[in-house]
Amino acid sequence: MTAKQLSVFIENRKGRLSEVLEVLKSNGVNILSMSLADTTEYGLLRLIVNKPELGKEKLTENGFSSLLSDVIILKIQHEVGSLQELLKAIEEADVNVEYMYGLSIDGEEAYVVLKSSNVEKTGEVLEAKGVETLLPEDVVKL
Amino acid sequence: MIWNETKECMSRDEMTNLQSARLRKLVDYVYHNVEFYRKKMQKIGLLPGDIKGIEDITKLPFTTKDDLRDNYPFGLFAVPNSEIVRIHASSGTTGKATVVGYTRHDLDIWSECVARCMAMANVNKNDVIQIAYGYGLFTGGLGAHGGAEKIGATVVPMSTGNSKKLTTMMVDFGATAIACTPSYLLYISEVLEQEGLLDKIKLKSAICGAEPWTEKMREELEKRLNITAHDIYGLSEVMGPGVACDCKFHKGLHVCEDHFYPEVLDTKTLTPVKPGETGELAFTTLTKEGIPLIRYRTKDLTSISYDKCECGRTSARISRFKGRVDDMLIIRGVNVFPSQIEAALTEVKEVTPHYMMIVDRVNNLDTLEIQVELDPKYYTDEIRVIEAHTKKIGHVINQALGISAKIKIVEPQTLVRSEGKAVHVIDKRKLF
Repeated sequence: MTAKQLSVFIENRKGRLSEVLEVLKSNGVNILSMSLADTTEYGLLRLIVNKPELGKEKLTENGFSSLLSDVIILKIQHEVGSLQELLKAIEEADVNVEYMYGLSIDGEEAYVVLKSSNVEKTGEVLEAKGVETLLPEDVVKL
Repeated sequence: MIWNETKECMSRDEMTNLQSARLRKLVDYVYHNVEFYRKKMQKIGLLPGDIKGIEDITKLPFTTKDDLRDNYPFGLFAVPNSEIVRIHASSGTTGKATVVGYTRHDLDIWSECVARCMAMANVNKNDVIQIAYGYGLFTGGLGAHGGAEKIGATVVPMSTGNSKKLTTMMVDFGATAIACTPSYLLYISEVLEQEGLLDKIKLKSAICGAEPWTEKMREELEKRLNITAHDIYGLSEVMGPGVACDCKFHKGLHVCEDHFYPEVLDTKTLTPVKPGETGELAFTTLTKEGIPLIRYRTKDLTSISYDKCECGRTSARISRFKGRVDDMLIIRGVNVFPSQIEAALTEVKEVTPHYMMIVDRVNNLDTLEIQVELDPKYYTDEIRVIEAHTKKIGHVINQALGISAKIKIVEPQTLVRSEGKAVHVIDKRKLF
């Protein structure tokens, strides 16, 4: 059901983001999707990468505070309203979406990365609706 | 005006005689009433009779803030609680506050000293004075209050925290004097300016203290508000505000030395330096009953002069402060020790004990930022969790220091580690 997301805490300092990317690049970690949540003081960079464990290891070695967390990557149709319908179902199950961002791939389908307050319950909702989700091994193939 | 000419304009010989008589009495008093002093004197083989005059003061041991902490709360009191009518407290170097107690007589002396300072600032019974120091455990509010009442002024106990009300009342009541921290007064002057009230006030004097400030800042305050501003000094351990104050000539602060005997000590040898030389200021409370202190080291750096002042007073004058011997900071009038922050952070499991304090003055108000690193376990991918940590740390710091601080979470391993003398403070204000 879930895939791994790599997140990094970065202070709002000039050049810091590019330093994170530098570490990933030099270790052959490919970014499939990213989202940067920013506050006045710091940012949280959330990444879906092909090698999350390696990414975390290398970032930690380089003094970054990084973390792997479980997120759901779900496949939806590239159609008006498809995401809204899904969210409605999740909401009806009384689950909160903590954050969400898109992962776009060429073609008819799109992917959404979602972190919810209750992974299991979200999974049940998605399964009932026959929504496809990506596992770590699927992510590598993207 | 001189409030007490007899005491403030004594000849040096008369003053020395008075101080000698009071010191003999004091030493006898503490020897018989405070175990701490008795033991200290016994340890070095000193008896009360060995102190014959003020020149013998150097035979006596020093007292420090740590002694007050070690004897928390009432261990250094010389009278039973039935004689204590008031308690005040200030920040200690760690979790415990520094507690002092006053007898009724102590409060009278305190008011007397503050009244002398008020007179130096040309405040008298015809004045309306706003006391805008905090009222409470802090000595500023109630201390200034007592002296202003003693002198017969109309006292408006504003306390702190509502600048709008303060400026409104300043205009409506026709306030002619104010007692507050100098940085707060600068802030007030801006509020007055913004509200277009500068030409509607009747202010003529300000008695500012509780934090170090410069000559430049005094000039700026005087110019902005068209007043004379005076520097009042004191510390709760010794009494509170009113230990010393500068007159209209602003050539040092006149010490109420018939009550507080000042010594300026070489910072290495702790022996008295010559007049005019810089050293650490120490006070012996010559008349205090509640918590008398012998050679209490203030950690403030200053120099002393015994020349007669143009105002007619002969009392010893201490120069504007030149810094601190220790790492204490005064932020918004509150004493802050970096060690307090260290102690507070150990209570928060989400952070490492490493920190950096950044003190600055923005729009004339002191700001404090504390940078901390989260324990690696607590870094998260959710902003609301980090925000909850920030709030929790802020609360703990506020509880420990008595002032609020902005908490900034920084990346791991970015703060200086304590290896011997790590620098934990960046003070961008220019106070000395």
